[in-house]
Amino acid sequence: MSGIVSYGSYIPRYRIKPEEIARVWGVDPETIRNGIFILSKSVPSPDEDVATISVESARNALRRGGLKGKAIEAIYVGSESHPYAVKPTATIVSAAIGTEFSTFAADYEFACKAGTAGMQNVLGMTNSGIIKTGMAIGSDTSQGAPGDVLEYSASAGGTAMIIGRENVAAEIKSTLSVTSDTPDFWRREGQPYPTHGERFTGEPAYFRHITTASKMMMERMGTKPEDYDYVVFHQPNGKFPTRAAKMLGFSEKQYNEGLLTPYIGNTYSGSMMMGLSAILDVSKGGDRILAVSFGSGAGSDAFHIEVTDEIEKLHDRKVITVRDMLKDVKFLDYAIYAKFKRKIVFGEEIE
Amino acid sequence: MSNVYVIGGGESKYGELWDRSLREIAVEAGLKAVENAGIRTKDLNAIYMGNSLGGLISKQEHLSALMSDYAGIASEHVPSMRIEASTASGGAAFRQAYLSIKSGEHDVVMVGGVEKMTELYGTEIIDITSSLVDREWEAFNGATPAAVAALSARKYMRDFNVKKEALAAISVNDHANASLNENAQYRNKITIEQALSATPIAEPLNLMDCAPMTDGATSVILASEKYLKEHGTKGVRIMGSAISQGPFALHSRKSFYTVEPTIISTKKAMEQANIKHKDISFVEIHDSYSIYGLMALEDLGFVEKGHASEMVENGIGINSNLPVNPSGGLKAKGFPYGAAGVSQIYETYLQLSGKAGKRQIKDATCGLVHNMAGSGAASVVHILGVD
Amino acid sequence: MGELSRMWREMPSRYRMQGDRCGNCDQVYFPPREICPVCHRDSIGKMKDVDIDGAGEILSFTVVHEAPPAFLRQKPYIIALVKLKEGPVITGQIVDTLPEEIDIGTKVRSVFRKISEDGKSGVIHYGYKFVPE
Ligand SMILES: [Zn+2]
Repeated sequence: MSGIVSYGSYIPRYRIKPEEIARVWGVDPETIRNGIFILSKSVPSPDEDVATISVESARNALRRGGLKGKAIEAIYVGSESHPYAVKPTATIVSAAIGTEFSTFAADYEFACKAGTAGMQNVLGMTNSGIIKTGMAIGSDTSQGAPGDVLEYSASAGGTAMIIGRENVAAEIKSTLSVTSDTPDFWRREGQPYPTHGERFTGEPAYFRHITTASKMMMERMGTKPEDYDYVVFHQPNGKFPTRAAKMLGFSEKQYNEGLLTPYIGNTYSGSMMMGLSAILDVSKGGDRILAVSFGSGAGSDAFHIEVTDEIEKLHDRKVITVRDMLKDVKFLDYAIYAKFKRKIVFGEEIE
Repeated sequence: MSNVYVIGGGESKYGELWDRSLREIAVEAGLKAVENAGIRTKDLNAIYMGNSLGGLISKQEHLSALMSDYAGIASEHVPSMRIEASTASGGAAFRQAYLSIKSGEHDVVMVGGVEKMTELYGTEIIDITSSLVDREWEAFNGATPAAVAALSARKYMRDFNVKKEALAAISVNDHANASLNENAQYRNKITIEQALSATPIAEPLNLMDCAPMTDGATSVILASEKYLKEHGTKGVRIMGSAISQGPFALHSRKSFYTVEPTIISTKKAMEQANIKHKDISFVEIHDSYSIYGLMALEDLGFVEKGHASEMVENGIGINSNLPVNPSGGLKAKGFPYGAAGVSQIYETYLQLSGKAGKRQIKDATCGLVHNMAGSGAASVVHILGVD
Repeated sequence: MGELSRMWREMPSRYRMQGDRCGNCDQVYFPPREICPVCHRDSIGKMKDVDIDGAGEILSFTVVHEAPPAFLRQKPYIIALVKLKEGPVITGQIVDTLPEEIDIGTKVRSVFRKISEDGKSGVIHYGYKFVPE
């Protein structure tokens, strides 16, 4: 059976606190901290984009798996902030990790679940025998309009999952998806910032898709919440995933390990995969994980995952973990943040 | 083989020459040199033009032909070509002219050096000047010529415990000498304190450690011994001439503050001239960045590696044991890239013929000229002396 | 407009630090060289691709304040001479840190970053930079 052979994440070193953003827009920071439970969010350097974050994640995954780039036969990169509108990020990753010329590759977009859609794609290819090993990456440098509530959460980061049939460290026993046309959040072609349906993003969008997909998976696998050691959902803020977990009957012990948004914000396509990466960092053989992503527009991908003893080998390689990347960060003020995020307009011809 | 002499020279004003074009200043220097040498344009057997960035700044190549035409001598069909060796283009062109006479092929040759550096606005010029370092492996990654010089400076200062004051002294001396040179770009004297407190460019180097962007042209006329005898002309003899090169990028070198091409060229040129360091009356050195001034004094053999600061502290002014850059140097006379090497030769000619006016060095009989390409990928050394 | 093939052909070296090892004397070169400066003609045809790990040490550094157009948004930025574990010394940026946090001798490792862009509509050039270990 196919599953996760290795995994790797990358979070930029810079952070900004909601207090600092709130100061600029005259908002009471307490309402932000309590309202969406975000203590800080990651900010990409001016020289970081989805391609660089994807490559760093991919390299961490290769290092952790003791693999060379040539082992990767397929690359799918899910993001809503690809550096090019036309020209795939997957090609840049392929060149940077040094895959063979004979490589399957494409970019995906499905709001925050494009990365997990890539995982399903690679899984289908390995299960069917088209390839032995492939890589799915969820990575974003998401944008929130200045002053919008999204500005407090839209962050940057990525996770790469290497999926294959040999030396599987976490078997993906089953995956399923739900899909509906729900306009909770979107960005039209050519627009710099997304638009969202505010409270409409909750009940009919996030909660409906996440809880339905979770229930369908547990029904399919004949499991109950208590059968899982860990659960991880897409994390648009610090509140939604915990509420969804409680609605389904999961405890804090099960969801805490994968809950990262309070520290790094919403990494969009990287969000659920980053949580899964953090869980794999601490899990042991026999652990069961329920992982469910959500992408606006809308849909959810659910995964039933069972960790094998192979995970110890990955831990033994001592590659940088998600928790490591939460330490030793650098906080920015809003002015430097605005410079980094190109919110300050520069002369047209000089860049 | 024939002895070769410099028999005259001329130059444009050095500075920001907003109302003068590339061809105008090149022609001005050339015609002044012809007049000064007492020759006619039809006497010229060849013209060598030193120029580094004309193609990138003015988008104009083949400056030698353009200059001949606008000097009004197109009909005389003088062989001419441009020599490019980055910031050593002037010195390299001078050496080509020297060789062409030495070989017996020519008797009278003009060397022109010209650069027009103020044509562009914005920071585009920083990208263009970065063509003198390795575009693919230095400039691509954001290294500018100043940054590369700064890498040498930090390592040098750390290894030899040298203070910033020693670097500043190079610039202070240049400004003092340039105050006596009517053609210099910066004729203001500066203090060590002023030099130390300037705006940072590439730390530890600041604005006062960096030679300026300069428009300027200088020409000199070279002639054979035969020509001098036939015409009763006086000149300054070229006693030694050498060029050599080494690894292109700073990161490829064994030492980050030693320019081997300078050491090797100096050795060769001094052997040809059959002189010792004590015989040299003064030097014109390539101090495009102050650190390169200290490095040059060491690589030229005047002082041990790491000890130039002591030499500089003891004085390098016009009345010192070894006057450095009587012209005002690259920092204060100005630094038109491809013209710099010719400018240094012209100063040396003036000093050795007793025509240097207020900045005349007493009893100057022999001068050494050091012109370097980029961060040290090549160095040209010439020794001129009175017979 | 901008440059394409010139950037494209250097990708293996810029993206994943592919250098050359001389098959004659075993010396490693980065940036890559087609002829070994030690072995000269004996190295012709014997230079083999080698992957550079990216770990190294700062030999010297500067903080650049006067930058060309492509680097204006990044200034002031740090440029360093980095001695790689495999032997070669190269010039590159040190990022995600402050000048006061590094020094000659600081251990660094390579990261994949955006180097410059051909304006807003041209291609993006990626390559190696370094961060403190
Ligand atoms: Zn060799």
